[in-house]
Amino acid sequence: MERNVVFIALFAALIAVLGLIPPITLPIGVPITAQSLGVMLCGTILGAKRGGLAVLLFVVLAIVLPMPLLSGGRTGLASLASPAAGFLLAWPIAAFVTGLIAERVRSIPFTILASVAAVIGCILVLYIFGIAGIAIKANIGIDKAAASVLAFIPGDIVKAVIAGLISGALLKARPQSVLSRSLNQQA
Amino acid sequence: MLSFESPVRTPWHAVPVIWKFFVLFVCAVFLVFTNAIEIQLTGLIACLSLYCVGGKTFLRNGIQRVVFLWPMLLLIMAWHWYSNTSQTGWVVAIRLLTIVGLSNLVTMTSRLSDLVALLERAMSPLRKFGINTRPLEIAIALVLRFTPVLIGKTALLRDAWRLRSRKKPSWRIVFPMCLVAIDDAEQVALALKARGGTGKKPHAMSVVSSTKDSQT
Repeated sequence: MERNVVFIALFAALIAVLGLIPPITLPIGVPITAQSLGVMLCGTILGAKRGGLAVLLFVVLAIVLPMPLLSGGRTGLASLASPAAGFLLAWPIAAFVTGLIAERVRSIPFTILASVAAVIGCILVLYIFGIAGIAIKANIGIDKAAASVLAFIPGDIVKAVIAGLISGALLKARPQSVLSRSLNQQA
Repeated sequence: MLSFESPVRTPWHAVPVIWKFFVLFVCAVFLVFTNAIEIQLTGLIACLSLYCVGGKTFLRNGIQRVVFLWPMLLLIMAWHWYSNTSQTGWVVAIRLLTIVGLSNLVTMTSRLSDLVALLERAMSPLRKFGINTRPLEIAIALVLRFTPVLIGKTALLRDAWRLRSRKKPSWRIVFPMCLVAIDDAEQVALALKARGGTGKKPHAMSVVSSTKDSQT
């Protein structure tokens, strides 16, 4: 119990800290931040339940508390009111789906699996909610909302690959701490 | 502790947090269901007036916190101009600016301890249904305590990277950051178990200070 609570809390803190890493800019000119990499890692390392809870904890604290937890120095309450709120609110679901795939599939190498899980959970699932949020909040068509976020997909694919590499390396370095793969998951 | 709370004291700091959230909720709902541009403009002016009460510096800080919205506002205006619904575009853009501005005002004028207390109060109905909220209270306290700790350790990792390479560390330090977080988590979990686990009733802010001791 204690281990689960502490892992959930520290990974929520890790997402906040990743928001402080300066963005890298892709050749097409779109900056990518490391914060959503944290969401992917929560799923691939902690698994579905704990990963989803860690991200949910982060989102609740980012919305309620006056702390600079989101990248770009945005306040959570303001982000909730902005058109990108769909992305923020769907983060826990994205981490859950990512974790679910990372936990259940055992037939392919973990590095590749973690990347694929991150693409499905944190790009496909996340963008469905994010695009719907933009369309509703900005009062524009789904097609236009989708077009407005297309530029970020290459960056997210890069992050999914990085999440896979990091998860694979962590499985080698700290096998018992990668809870999505640990045999004793209730420890 | 990192915080968005404004160092400039305003009369809004004295208003109870729960009331600020309630007023924000009511205003947001009202603005969402109103399509008259005059009312939206009145709302924006009222929002700016609330900032003006805090003085020039407070107003400037508030404006800086909504600057991130400009690409989205531009997109909204461009889309509605293209669709020949410019007035709707103005309504949506002004509404967005007002609600984000009001949200920022709540964040800038509320103390961290008051907001943590509000979170604990919001969880109290769950206890009546037999749900144990103590692990959640401990988790909140751990996030508050360990965010600055991890920021400090990340700064050390970046310094160590700079000593060895001319390239920017960027995502390359994420792996050691994860290792640091995992190692800290294992140690804190053991320390927490040794101190009686998540069964004892803590106050979130008191756990913040006690975990500070266990880290040193």
